[in-house]
Amino acid sequence: MASLALPLAAVGEVGEGFIQERTGQVCQQKPSHLFCWDWARENIDRYGTPTLQQLELVAISVVLGFIVAFGLALLAHRRRWLRPPLLAGTGVLYAIPSISFFLLLLPITGRSRETAIIALSAYTLQIIFRNVTVGLDNVPASAKDSARGMGMTERQVLWRVEIPLATPEIVGGLRIATVSTIAIATLAVFVHAGGLGTQIYGEANLHFPTSILISIVIVMVMAFFFDAILLTIQYFATPWRRARAS
Amino acid sequence: MTVATPLFASFGGAIEFIFTPQTSNVTGGDTVGGIDQVLELALAQLEVTVLALALALLIALPAGLFFGHRGKGELVAVGLGNAGRAIPELGLIALMAAVIGVGLFNLTVALAILGIPPILVNTFVGIREVDRSTVQAARGMGMTELEIVRKVEAPMAVTSIFTGIRTATIGIVATATIAPLAGVATLGEFILGENVYGSNGVLAGAIVVAVLALVLEFSLAGLQRVLTSKGLKLKPA
Repeated sequence: MASLALPLAAVGEVGEGFIQERTGQVCQQKPSHLFCWDWARENIDRYGTPTLQQLELVAISVVLGFIVAFGLALLAHRRRWLRPPLLAGTGVLYAIPSISFFLLLLPITGRSRETAIIALSAYTLQIIFRNVTVGLDNVPASAKDSARGMGMTERQVLWRVEIPLATPEIVGGLRIATVSTIAIATLAVFVHAGGLGTQIYGEANLHFPTSILISIVIVMVMAFFFDAILLTIQYFATPWRRARAS
Repeated sequence: MTVATPLFASFGGAIEFIFTPQTSNVTGGDTVGGIDQVLELALAQLEVTVLALALALLIALPAGLFFGHRGKGELVAVGLGNAGRAIPELGLIALMAAVIGVGLFNLTVALAILGIPPILVNTFVGIREVDRSTVQAARGMGMTELEIVRKVEAPMAVTSIFTGIRTATIGIVATATIAPLAGVATLGEFILGENVYGSNGVLAGAIVVAVLALVLEFSLAGLQRVLTSKGLKLKPA
C-alpha cells in the first residue's frame, strides 16, 4: 500500500493557528470561509512578483515555441515528407504532461527557470505547428497562381501571399498556445521557477482558499487579456477580411 | 562528457526505483519504489483519469451533438472553450481540496470540469462544419433528426470530436498527477514526495507519468482510426 507523502491530514481540517497567522486580525470568522476581502486588500501586493514571473515565463516560452514551430512549419511546407514525422514528434511533446516534462529535465537543467521554459515551449510546438501548416494549406491555389503570374518568386509568394493569408490560423494557434501556457505556467512552482503557483502550492497556501482564488483570478484575467490582444492584432493584420465583411 | 555520467546515473537510479523496491535514502528505513508500488499508483491514476473522462464525455458529448445539430449557442460554446483553457489546473485542484474537501469523488468532478470544455467545443465545431447540403440530403432521404446526428453528422465529425477527447484526456491524466493534493494517491506521490521517495522517486514518477500519458494518447489515436468510417478514409488527405 502506498503511503501518502504529503501531510494530507492537514488538508480539510485547517489548523486554527495557521489561519490566524495568515489572516491576522482581519479575518477571525470561520477558517473555512471562501474568501476574505480584508486579507486580500492588505496582501494584494504579494502577488505582484509572482504575476510578473508568470508573465515572463509565458512570454519567453511562447516566443521561443513560436519561432521553432513556425520555422518547422515553413520547412514542412516546402518538404511535404517532413510533415508526418514533425506532427508526430510535436504530438508526443504535447502529450507528455507538463509536470512530468519539468521533472524529466531535472538531471539536465535542475530546478530552474530554464527547465520551466523548455517544457512550456515544447508544449506549444504542436499547437502552433499544426495551425501554421493548416493555414498555409488553406491558401487558395488561385491566389498563389496570381502571385506567380505577377512575377513573384517562390519566396515572395510565401511571405507576401501565403503567410498573410494564413494569418487567421496562425494567430489562432498562437492564441490557444498563449492561453494554455498561461494556465500551465502555474505548475512552474514545482521546479522552483516562481509564478503564481507559488501562491497556490507554496508555503501553506494550499489550505487558504483566498490565496488560491486570487491566483486563479489573476491567471484567468491574464489569459483573457492576452487573448484579446492577439485577437486585436489579428484584426489589424487582416484588413481584407474586414473589407469583405462590410 | 562531464554531463553524461550524472545524467546516466540519475536516469539509471530512476529506472532502478521503478523496478526494484529499495530502502529510502531520505527517510531511512522505509521501503519505497518497486514495480508493485509503481503499478498500483499507475492504475490509480488510470482509474481516476477514466472516471473523470467518462463523466466529462457523459456531459459534453450529448451537449455538443445537440447544440451543434441545432446550430445554437456558438458564442457560449466557444467562450466556454476559451475559459476552460485558461483554468489553472493546480488552482482548481487546490481550491477543490481546500473548499469542498478531498477524496476520489471531488477529484473526479474537478478533473471532469477540465475535460468538458475541449470535448464540448470540438464536438460542436465538428458537427457545425458538416456540409449543410449533406444534412439536407439526409433529411430528404427521410432520416429522422436523431438518425442524421448518429449516421451523418457524428461520423463526419469524428476527427474533430476525437481531437477534443484527446485534448481532454491529456489534460486530465496530466492533472491527475497532482491528485495527492486532493487526497488521492496517484503517481504524483513520487513526484510531490521527494522527502519520502528521494530524487530517484521524483524522476521515476515523471517517467511513468509520461509513459502512461503516451500510452493513452496512442490508444486514443488507434481508437480514432478504428471509428473513422471507411468512406471518409478514402478521401484524399
